[in-house]
Amino acid sequence: MSELSGRIKGVIEQEPVALFMKGTPQFVMCGNSDRALRALREAGAPVTAVDILPDPAIRQELSTLSGWPTIPQVFVAGELVGGADIVQELAESGELAGILEEKLGPDYRDAAEERVVDVLTPAQR
Amino acid sequence: MAAERLQTLLRSAFPDADELRVEDRTGGGDHFQVTVASPRFSGLSLLEQHRLVNEALAEPLRDGTIHELRIKTREAQG
Repeated sequence: MSELSGRIKGVIEQEPVALFMKGTPQFVMCGNSDRALRALREAGAPVTAVDILPDPAIRQELSTLSGWPTIPQVFVAGELVGGADIVQELAESGELAGILEEKLGPDYRDAAEERVVDVLTPAQR
Repeated sequence: MAAERLQTLLRSAFPDADELRVEDRTGGGDHFQVTVASPRFSGLSLLEQHRLVNEALAEPLRDGTIHELRIKTREAQG
C-alpha cells in the first residue's frame, strides 16, 4: 500500500463521517459534491472533508480502496454509504439520521464541527 | 452518441429492466442521469443497487465518456 493510500485509509477509518469531494465545504467545485454535503449537513453529520482535486492520485487510490468509481464518496464509521444520489435519497427518507445514530451513537450531532483534512504530504502539495 | 452507448450497456446488464432511461442532463454528452427499474435490485441495498449500475457503466466511467453520473434505481417486479 502506498503512503497516500495509507493516509486515505486512515481518514476513512478514523473520521466518524468522511466526505471525499471536489473542492472544500467552503468552496465546492462540483454539483454532486454539493448535494452530498447539503444532505450530510441537514442530517447534522460531523463532516470531515477531503478535497480530491489537488492530485489525481487521491481519486485513483480512493476508488481502488472503496471499489466506487465516482466522486463524492461518503463513509460513516469506516463504511462506504455511497455517492451523492444515495446520500441524498437517504437524507430525504430520513434514513441517514438513523444510520448516523446507529453507527456513531445518539449524540452524533454534538461531535466535532465540519473540518477539512489533507491527505497529501507537504512535499506533494 | 454517448447516451446510446450507455443505453446499450445498461440493456445488456439489465435485460429484464422495466424501465431504463438515459438522459443527457446538459446536452453536452457527458452529464447523465440514468434510471433503472429491475427485478435484479430486489433485496439489495441502495449501495449494492448503485454498484451494479456503476459496474455496467465501468468502461465509460473509466475512459472519461461520463463526466458526471446521477443514478436512480428502483426494484421492479420480475
